[in-house]
Amino acid sequence: MPAVSKGDGMRGLAVFISDIRNCKSKEAEIKRINKELANIRSKFKGDKALDGYSKKKYVCKLLFIFLLGHDIDFGHMEAVNLLSSNKYTEKQIGYLFISVLVNSNSDLIRLINNAIKNDLGSRNPTFMNLALHCIANVGSREMAEAFASEIPSILVAGDTMDSVKQSAALCLLRLNRTSADLVPMGEWTARVVHLLNDQHLGVVTAATSLITTLAQKSPDDFKTSISLAVARLSRIVTSASIDLQDYTYYFVAAPWLSVKLLRLLQCYPPPEDAALRSRLTECLETILNKAQEPPKSKKVQHSNAKNAVLFEAISLIIHHDSEPTLLVRACNQLGQFLQHRETNLRYLALESMCTLASSEFSHETVKTHIETVINALKTERDVSVRQRAVDLLYAMCDRSNAKQIVAEMLSYLETADYSIREEIVLKVAILAEKYAVDYTWYVDTILNLIRIAGDYVSEEVWYRVIQIVINREDVQGYAAKTVFEALQAPACHENLVKVGGYILGEFGNLIAGDSRSSPLVQFNLLHSKFHLCSVPTRALLLSAYIKFINLFPEVKATIQDVLRSDSQLRNSDVELQQRAVEYLRLSCIASTDILATVLEEMPPFPERESSILAKLKKKKGPGNLPDIDDARRNVNGSTEHSENTEAPKKSSPSLVADLLPTNRPRPASSSPIMRSAGTMGTTHPFTDLLNLNATPSAGASLLVDVFSESPAPASVDVCEENFLRFVCKNNGVIFENQLLQIGLKSEYRQNLGRIYVFYGNKTSTQFLSFSTSVASCDMLKTQLNVHAKTVDPLIDGGAQVQQMLNIECVSDFTDAPVLNIQFRYGGTLQNIAVKLPVMLNKFFQPTEMTSQDFFQRWKQLGAPEQEVQKIFKAKHPMDTDVTKAKILGFGVALLDGVDPNPANFVGAGVIHSKCTQVGCLLRLEPNTQAQVKMYRLTLRTSKDTVSQRLCDLLSEQF
Amino acid sequence: VQNTVQHVLLQAEDMQQQIIRETFHLVSKRDDNVCNFLEGGSLIGGSDYKLIYRHYATLYFVFCVDSSESELGILDLIQVFVETLDKCFENVCELDLIFHMDKVHYILQEVVMGGMVLETNMNEITTQVDVQNRMEKSEGGLSAAPARAVSAVKNMNLPEIPRNINIGDINIKVPSLSPF
Repeated sequence: MPAVSKGDGMRGLAVFISDIRNCKSKEAEIKRINKELANIRSKFKGDKALDGYSKKKYVCKLLFIFLLGHDIDFGHMEAVNLLSSNKYTEKQIGYLFISVLVNSNSDLIRLINNAIKNDLGSRNPTFMNLALHCIANVGSREMAEAFASEIPSILVAGDTMDSVKQSAALCLLRLNRTSADLVPMGEWTARVVHLLNDQHLGVVTAATSLITTLAQKSPDDFKTSISLAVARLSRIVTSASIDLQDYTYYFVAAPWLSVKLLRLLQCYPPPEDAALRSRLTECLETILNKAQEPPKSKKVQHSNAKNAVLFEAISLIIHHDSEPTLLVRACNQLGQFLQHRETNLRYLALESMCTLASSEFSHETVKTHIETVINALKTERDVSVRQRAVDLLYAMCDRSNAKQIVAEMLSYLETADYSIREEIVLKVAILAEKYAVDYTWYVDTILNLIRIAGDYVSEEVWYRVIQIVINREDVQGYAAKTVFEALQAPACHENLVKVGGYILGEFGNLIAGDSRSSPLVQFNLLHSKFHLCSVPTRALLLSAYIKFINLFPEVKATIQDVLRSDSQLRNSDVELQQRAVEYLRLSCIASTDILATVLEEMPPFPERESSILAKLKKKKGPGNLPDIDDARRNVNGSTEHSENTEAPKKSSPSLVADLLPTNRPRPASSSPIMRSAGTMGTTHPFTDLLNLNATPSAGASLLVDVFSESPAPASVDVCEENFLRFVCKNNGVIFENQLLQIGLKSEYRQNLGRIYVFYGNKTSTQFLSFSTSVASCDMLKTQLNVHAKTVDPLIDGGAQVQQMLNIECVSDFTDAPVLNIQFRYGGTLQNIAVKLPVMLNKFFQPTEMTSQDFFQRWKQLGAPEQEVQKIFKAKHPMDTDVTKAKILGFGVALLDGVDPNPANFVGAGVIHSKCTQVGCLLRLEPNTQAQVKMYRLTLRTSKDTVSQRLCDLLSEQF
Repeated sequence: VQNTVQHVLLQAEDMQQQIIRETFHLVSKRDDNVCNFLEGGSLIGGSDYKLIYRHYATLYFVFCVDSSESELGILDLIQVFVETLDKCFENVCELDLIFHMDKVHYILQEVVMGGMVLETNMNEITTQVDVQNRMEKSEGGLSAAPARAVSAVKNMNLPEIPRNINIGDINIKVPSLSPF
């Protein structure tokens, strides 16, 4: 009998635990614990000759106190002392304490590592196991550094005991997960595969776990494991259950090992070898057959174990996605489970079926279960299961059943758990758009969403409906009519007011013919909601009103009265007040023609992937969303699915930018002359009209643009001559002519930068109407935000003024913004344009790393598109110190001693942008031997555009 | 209030306590006939993680696992762990787990190591535990005497305390183990 000898514990500990249990209140317990802590502290401090038993007892008490939820800040040293005890029980408690209360004190870690080293070398299997357990439990980097190279040899040594092999395999696995870069691959990897043949099934199980993880990282190195795993699986599956005696669990042969082997096989495509392939198919068929056999035991453990293997086999079948018969059988099996009385099985069946739904062989079969799944949605008592049902409905949806599924989801939404409402809203919105043949259905669906779960309808969803209505002429009249009707409800959600305001503002004219929805009725309806809404919605409504003035001259007076009222013109909110003032003024001054131009209908939005999908993916995490963007179920029936699936993964440009163009570059100064250049040129300056988040000065530009009479300045050649000099430095003179000198001082931190621009008047005459603006091309606008502070419009002769630019890097970029300067000097207007030296490398943060790390990452970035290389002639004399200074100035850390050739330069850094961080490695190899001095520059980053840009920038510097 | 035996992720200590409280809160209010899997919240590391639990009388055994493990496999593993505890403690009860939390850890370490499944064969596990016990006995010497006293203390206390007593918010926790 292996019973724990209950009597051999520690008396003091038992008494202490009893005391705690007898405490009547929390206070009494804390008091008792504090008393004990004081006692232990004094023992540890005072009596130097504390024997092993006492130390063990006190450490154990500390552990108990910790497990009760109290902080323990001492005793680590005593625990470490116990590690070096000869007594097993003392060593054991020491290791337990260390594993539970890891301490990062480096002195302690050294001592701990020392003790572990001794135990690993002790050849005592029990001690070795304790040490391996400790490494695995702590799994810290320090431990990985100390032992990662030693453990493989323990694992594959011929004389290692089975139990130690098991521990060593898992220990290695753990280190591989926490610090993969420190675990050396090598000759042992081949031998580790052969552990799959080991006699001891425990060793095989541990080895399979290890190999699975390693195979995921470098599949080619472990390819040989496929045949061994199939052979092993086949032996288990066909064995009579008695063959494996100990590893048979409730009449199922080695279920855990089977599961692990099936997982390992999921790292690979179906075996190419025909014999192997048919053997595997046989195994899978056998597993499926066994599911139909009567159970050998009524115990739940039996069916659990059997089904664990079955589900894993089904996962493998789905993963291979190549055997139609197996897929259909798998699907039918899951169908049976959908109706099983065990909730666990229903849950897992729904989950597996979700992945099955995306296979072309089984999609149709999955669809046959739609009623069962809908029923699950209605009747399951467990939210986890209902959530799975929602996922499956989403995955099985196609054009044939979209209406039914969307209707069911909508009706479920009324009672759905709050925790999953937002997700359902997103899913409904996506399905409705994706499978809409008739867009009136789409509009109805989204309005229903807002009605049922308005609070959970995110901005993306209502932006999207507006985008679609604007782009589809056929639905505009219907949309206007529908929102008009929906707004009749006495209490409607604010999101409905937003959609209603926007749509009526654009298309209210389409229903104005009906006297029941005449312009005045429409306006009064919208305005009746005004006072109940938040500021952004009111701002939107004000914009809708000005649009009404254009659409319906007959209500102009009414609307002007509203705008003129104190509650608008003197609104305490700056944005609202400003809109009221500007719109009122606009409506008074502008002629009908100007109004019509300015307030023209919104132009169609560029077609693009729905941002809702991106949001859903973000919410669910990439792995958990069944991909419905399959070619097979593409809305358009086209096969551009690669494009479709790729799009949302990239950061799809936010719809906000479209609909509410807040990032529209705003000329920096308040000078009207400058303004016109920026906005008049664009076709629809009044896309800004609904700009909810605009700053007041931005709002002002709106009117200025319209009424400004100044012609746009003639185009000026952009000065770039000093641009490249700023790649590796931040300060200096960027432009100079007879009149003006422009100097820069810049500083960057992460994705933000600040440039101080100094404008020096070199003449003795005053510059008048001095103004500046920063312009970017359309692409750059989305990648880089530049905000310029205003600058003094007068610069005295010989004086200097300063301007501050704030810069934010949103994503990687290639172009550079242009600084436009305009002033009057002696009666003539001067225009100057200078390319601002804002380059991608400015957003570098240097990264120090070891040689090993460097090469590890270098290897990871080995894909051809990640590397950019350039060989070029030296333009300057080769000087090591200058080169070093340039590389440092470029922004990366210069890594010494990494490159085996000391003449080479190696650097590493991370580009910070708002969206991502891109790690970059670079290597510069000077060739001093050649006749013509040459360099070879290699850049590796995770993003091709970044590699290219950085290479272009840096290669110009030497 | 029941005890929750669980594996927690490597987290700061106060975080561990919070995870335990949260988990207990989640698990304890679930009916018996709902499923034994819970989607991970943000506390335990996001949607890739699941809580898989089994309920035995007054005890909940909760494992937190990532998607690399079979759900049903883990349910079985919990069963193996509990059956092993039962064998080692001869009809295990809650008090055994409280008074011998060190032993419970040792047994768990034979099943799960560094958050990964080490051994699933109950006989292998009990053999290892047996080896430990023998070593402990052979080292007995001095500690044997107080040990006998302990069992006296414990036996004395036991009748006074009903077996499944409400003992307040005591949680038993296993070493900081990462998800498997």
